[in-house]
Amino acid sequence: MKPKGWRGLPPGSVVTEPGSAARFKTGSWRTFKPVWIPEHCIQCLFCWMYCPDMAIKVKDGKREAFDYDYCKGCGICARECPGKKGHKAIAMEEEGK
Amino acid sequence: MGKIVAVTGNEAVANALRQANPDVCAAYPITPATDIMQRFSGYVADGLVRTELILVESEHSAMSACVGASAAGGRVITATSSQGLALMWEILFIAAGDRLPIVMPLVNRALSAPINIHADHSDGMGARDTGWIQLWSENAQEAYDNTLQAFRVAEHMDIRLPVMVCMDGFIISHCVERLEYLEDDEARRFMGEYAPLHPLLDIEHPVSYGPLILSDLYMEYKRAHDDVMAKVSNVVLDVAADFERITGRKYGLFESYRLDDAEIALVILNSAAGTAKDTVDEFRARGIKAGLLKPRLFRPFPYKGVADALKTAKAVCVMDRADSFGGFGPMHMEIASALMMNDRKPVLINKIYGLGGRDFLPEHAEHVLSELSDIAKGGKVRTFKEYIGVKE
Repeated sequence: MKPKGWRGLPPGSVVTEPGSAARFKTGSWRTFKPVWIPEHCIQCLFCWMYCPDMAIKVKDGKREAFDYDYCKGCGICARECPGKKGHKAIAMEEEGK
Repeated sequence: MGKIVAVTGNEAVANALRQANPDVCAAYPITPATDIMQRFSGYVADGLVRTELILVESEHSAMSACVGASAAGGRVITATSSQGLALMWEILFIAAGDRLPIVMPLVNRALSAPINIHADHSDGMGARDTGWIQLWSENAQEAYDNTLQAFRVAEHMDIRLPVMVCMDGFIISHCVERLEYLEDDEARRFMGEYAPLHPLLDIEHPVSYGPLILSDLYMEYKRAHDDVMAKVSNVVLDVAADFERITGRKYGLFESYRLDDAEIALVILNSAAGTAKDTVDEFRARGIKAGLLKPRLFRPFPYKGVADALKTAKAVCVMDRADSFGGFGPMHMEIASALMMNDRKPVLINKIYGLGGRDFLPEHAEHVLSELSDIAKGGKVRTFKEYIGVKE
């Protein structure tokens, strides 16, 4: 894509396309990565509720894999996860290990 | 045909704001601008305007509310002075950067410390680089006329920038003058209905204001802002031509007073220009070719026009009612920049006058014109910058 010059900009840096932030992938900011362990998951959806980046996909009322394009690795999901019988269903792993 | 009245500058400006019938007004009182917002809140209470009046807790909040309301899609106003403008500082840049056509009368008053409530231009000059358009007014009639025209300039689809309309505190804001109002329907026809651009309240076309723009595009937005500023002069002149058709009152980017063949000239803003014009007349009566240039549009500054208007002058004094401590006065720096475009440059000197409401008297103008007259005849320049009317 040709880089935008100053003549093509909307006045006042207004963003006129709704939802365009979806194209701004923030997954590369992550230093720790949440990993889902399905056998410990009780499908409470706490992770989905707490995730500030909508990086947990839900289908038919059940959580699915993380969307690593947007997960910044904040770890809130892992902290809030109640797990099953003392075993959390989300573990944080250092990136690049 | 208009209506002839005897009113103060504040009353005249408040009436122009009433005629503009804005959607939102955010108000916080500060001397000497308080009267404008006080009168306007009376119009709201009396149902004379359909404005939503927001009483805020500071000028920072006033300008913030203006930014939100303007982005939402309304015609928006406020008014302030001095410390109030200083407190708006951060948000002034946002209003301009977001290209929001807010109209704000600024009743010029000195800045603290020491605290002072009287006229000088340090508040408005301090907002020089905020990206706002600035119109300056010699008297109440000009303040009224400039306010009406400000809406047209700000809201023009090629411009969409906030406009500050400046007039001198107390000298103009609180003194009664004869002036001519437009009838309401005439004023409203002139200003036109507000047309929003990218309003937040248009939920069919959702938009976001205020995104983070880093080194990849920030400079392009600034370049675009400067480009819009380059279009302002023509719009100001078009609007002035329309205004002249209705009222017979002529406005340019600046006023040239007896400058055509002038050998000595004063450059002076706002109310003191009126005083100085009388002195220019006296010098002319004595056969001395004196003239005066009174800027009206200060941002963007009409460098080329000013340089042309001063081309016959041998000696020019820029009178500043504000100082850039350790530098020349702010107006002086503009005039010096303008004159650099001319092949033949006059001697240019700078006088600082009238700070904190110190009276500017005809004898001050006379003293300066006499000094210019000596310089024009080949006399030596005693000093390039000097305070006048100051107790030594």
